[in-house]
Formats: sequence, structure tokens, C-alpha cells
Amino acid sequence: MAGSIALTPEQMPGPAAVSERSRARREMLRLLVRRKAFIIGSLVILFWVICAILGERITPYDPFNAFFLPGHQPPSPAHLFGTDRIGRDVLSRVMVGARDVLIVAPLAAILGVVSGTLLGLVMGYYRGIVDDILSRLVEAFLALPVILVALLTLVVLGSSSIVVICVVGILFAPIVARTVRSAVLSERQLDYVTAAKLRGESGLFILSQEIFPNVLGPTVVELTVRFGYAIFTVATLSFLGVGLQPPSPDWGLTVSQEYTNMISGKWWPTTFPALAIASTVIAVNLIADSLQSVLSE
Amino acid sequence: MVRFIARRLILALVTLWLLATIVFIITNVLPSNVGRTILGPFAPQETVDALNEKLGTNRPLPVRYLESLQGLVTLDFGDSFVSGKAVLPQVVAAVGRSAKLAGLALLITIPLSIAAGLYAARRRDQRADRAIVLLGVTLSSIPEFVTGTILVVVVGVGLRWLPVLATAPDNADIPTQIRFLLLPAMAMAIVYFGYIARMTRAGTIEVLQSDYTRTALMKGLTTGQTMRRHVLRNALVPTVAVIAVQIGYLFGGIIAVEKIFNYNGMGSTMLFAAQHKDLPMLTAGVIVIGIVYMLATLTADLIIAWMNPRIRLEAT
Repeated sequence: MAGSIALTPEQMPGPAAVSERSRARREMLRLLVRRKAFIIGSLVILFWVICAILGERITPYDPFNAFFLPGHQPPSPAHLFGTDRIGRDVLSRVMVGARDVLIVAPLAAILGVVSGTLLGLVMGYYRGIVDDILSRLVEAFLALPVILVALLTLVVLGSSSIVVICVVGILFAPIVARTVRSAVLSERQLDYVTAAKLRGESGLFILSQEIFPNVLGPTVVELTVRFGYAIFTVATLSFLGVGLQPPSPDWGLTVSQEYTNMISGKWWPTTFPALAIASTVIAVNLIADSLQSVLSE
Repeated sequence: MVRFIARRLILALVTLWLLATIVFIITNVLPSNVGRTILGPFAPQETVDALNEKLGTNRPLPVRYLESLQGLVTLDFGDSFVSGKAVLPQVVAAVGRSAKLAGLALLITIPLSIAAGLYAARRRDQRADRAIVLLGVTLSSIPEFVTGTILVVVVGVGLRWLPVLATAPDNADIPTQIRFLLLPAMAMAIVYFGYIARMTRAGTIEVLQSDYTRTALMKGLTTGQTMRRHVLRNALVPTVAVIAVQIGYLFGGIIAVEKIFNYNGMGSTMLFAAQHKDLPMLTAGVIVIGIVYMLATLTADLIIAWMNPRIRLEAT
């Protein structure tokens, strides 16, 4: 906007427009908190976030260094979730196990959504040859089996949290790009974009100041949906042994270390971390679903 | 129709080339020294050099790239680092064994989820509809290995209804084989139920609101006749598309399921290759699954074009 001298009121997002936007946001929040699914999902996530932050300070026992021998004691009043193969308290480990996945999965989702949104904005706005080439590339990425490619990349680069974040984020970006692209395609035909073009605004300005705020809704939904899938993928990679590494009490990793004992009836060291994963992904999906239906109302 | 198929085939080939390029970048460009990647940081330099010499990974990247594309055309993905045998026959055999498991999963999930989706669509926004949608969202968000774990604990170990290992004894007859595969197939079927049911529901709701459905009902057809002759054909278009896309994911999720149930298919082959840094095997695995995915989407496109002439006319 720096180049223009005389600004007409409609060019400047005046205080009226800003307050309208924040009112719309408040209205959305009000609709959200009236949804049972949203409240339940948020409470479950809040619970795991508290466990992740406070960790050892609120667990009944030391999750790493307290050994109650012999191992594999069934659930009892002293150990509500029993003990694992080397005698550590399963409840304490499940509580601390939230930590790694709640750092890695959101970062992967953010990386995927930020890069995917940038890609989608460019593809949808500029169309033409750029869009054609990028669309082919997106298609090729969609044909990649996510888990298998992540496995291959982690074998090549070695497992570390950073690599897991990058691999999952990059594999998610094309999926986000496709969603944002189609949202941009319907926006760019609207009058406000034509008006901005006639005013001589740059493509960058139109994309960032005009179109982006209007596709923010689907982008936020995409972020929550991707967060759910990131937990899904990171947990699966940890279960396969190429995600988070020991001695992390990560849920997927714990299941992979204990699942062979299920057959002999020792169900507790696997079932509780498995239920923890299930509760987290279900909670995220409840939030994503509520967001989506509030936005489409 | 011929032009439609030709167009789709060319697009699929371009996608396949891009896919092979992405895989090449992961395996050859990301690691600066392939021999070092395989042997680890503590191996002596001479051993690393010798391995690079043997694998041909000390040659310039463009040469290796052209060779990998040549391999793609001639369907030669090189020899396994572990066994020294060609990787493709091993991968194809493993995919075949996994296909039994995946096929059974689809056989369970497709009829159930389409029925659930249709049932929900006809009771839109009623209690049953909400329950099916919520159940679908919930089930499709849980990783296969978590569902698998819970199934093993409850159905296998707790109730003792089904075997918890997927591999039937040698020379078992087909019903016995299916019995052994049932639990892992269920673990996968549960994840895909949600996607297919929601897609069927959305497609059906759209068609039920259309003018031609109203016309069909108004000219006196019964609900059953209208559903069979007018609604299903159009409503299932998005469902067919989503099933095809799921087949690609199915072979990703199957890795974890095979690990839980100790089944010797694609998943265990790939995990073994990952543990031994057998890059040719992993590469062939990714590309073969990519081809399976593309054949599935291609078939879906053809089925959709056959179901709905408007789509095939638009595309040409």
C-alpha cells in the first residue's frame, strides 16, 4: 500500500472493518463453546497438555528410575495401570508419555500447514504454468504412501525428532496446498479481488492482505485436522521403531516394546498407552469437526 | 472414451516419473555418502569406499539418476543389499501376500460402510445419523496399531474368539486362512469404515436433494426404486473415488498391522529392509505401492466415467 498517495476509506481496513472481524471471531467462539464435542475434545487435550508440562511433578512414581520388581505386576491400588516389563509404573509413564508427541506432532502440523498454505495461495492465485507444474508435483506426492516414505527417509537420515517433524510436515504440505488452492480459486473470482487488481495492488499484497484473511477459516480447520493426522503418523512411526527413540516413554514406542507380551495375557502395558493415543486423536478430531461445522454455518 | 483413457494414462505416467524422482532425491541426494549411511559413523573409511564402489554410489548423481529411470522403465530396481537377489520379485510376492489381507479388509469394510452411509443420509440430522458420523470420525482417527492392540486384547486374548497371529499353519484350507486373517483385517476395516461411510453419506444427501430425485418420486416410483435407479449411481461417485485413494493408504497402514499380528507381507518385508538399511528394497516398495495407488485411482476414474457420462464428456 506504500505506493498509493490518496487512500479512499475502502482501501484502508478502517476501525469498523477490524471490529467487525473481531466480532465475527467472538461470535464463532460463542458457537464453539456451545458444542459438547468441542468442550470434551478441548478438556482431553488440556489434560494431556498439563501432564506433558508438569510431568514427573504430578506422577505417582518416578516414570524412569523407580523399579518395582518383579516386572509386569497387574493393575492394583498401588499401581492403577500395573507395571511394565522392568517394573516401572505404567500410569506414570503414560502421563509423561504425552510430552514428546505433543511437541513433535504440532510442529509437524504447523510446518505442513504453513508451507502448504503458501504453496496453495501461489497455485490458486497465479494459475497458469506455475499451477500446472505444482499440481503435477502435488499429485505425485499424494501417490506416495506416507508411512512408507517416512520410513525410507528416516532410514536414510537417521531417526531424530527434527527429522520426524520435517518428514511428516513436508509429506502433509501437498495435501494442505490442494485444500487452500481450491479455496483461493473460488475467492479470486470475487469482486474485491478484481477491485484490488484495478487499484494496481501487487500480487503479494492481494494474496497476503486480501485473499489470505478470507481463506483463514479452511486453513485453521486444516491445521487441526493435520494435527490429528500428525499424532496418528508420529505414533505409528514410533511403533515401527523409526520415530521417537528410547528411553522416551512415548505411547507408540511403549506399545512397540510391550506388544509381544499381550499374547501371554499381560495387556496393561500396551492397552493404556494405546488408549492414550486413541483419546488424543479422537479429541483433536472432535475439535476439528466442531470448527468445521461452525465455520460452514 | 479412448481419449479419456489415453489422457489419464499419460497423466499417470508423468506422476510415476515424478514419484521416482522424489524417491531418488530421498535415497541419493539427501545422504551425502550412501555407503556411510548404510554402514554407520564408526565403519572404517576403506570399507565405506569399497561399498560405494560396489553399489556404484560413488559415481556422479546425473548418471545414477538416468540409471534409476532406466531401471523404472525396464522394471529393474537392483539387488537387495542383504540377500543379493533382485528386489522386485520379492516385493511383488510380499505385496501379493499383503493383498490377501488388504482384500479381506476391503471386503468387510466396503459393504458395511456404504450401508451405514446410505442409512445415515436417509435419516439426515437424526440421532442415528449423528451417531454414525461421530463413530466414523472417531474410528478413522485412531491408528491401525492402536485398534489392532485393542482387538488383540479384547477379542483374541480376553474372549479367545480368534487367533491373535495372522499366519495360518502350512497347507491350511481357505476358511482357516480367513479365520487367521480376520482380526488384522478388522483392525484395518475399522479405520476405513469412517472415510467411506462419510463420503457415501455426503454424496447421497446431495443426490437426494436434486430435482431428478424429486421427479422420480413424484412420478410414483417407490423409495426403493428411486434409490436403485436414480440415487445410487450418482451418489456413489465420490465413494468410488475415496475407496481408490484409500487403497494407497491401506498399504501404508498395513505395515503396523503386520507387525502387531506377525504377518509376513509387505509390512514385515519393508521393516526388515529398514532395519538393514536395504535401500533398493525400500525404494522398490515405495514405487510398487505408488503404482498400485495409481492403478486404483485409474480404475476408479474409469468406473466413475462409466457411472456418470457427464464426467467422461467433460474430460474429453
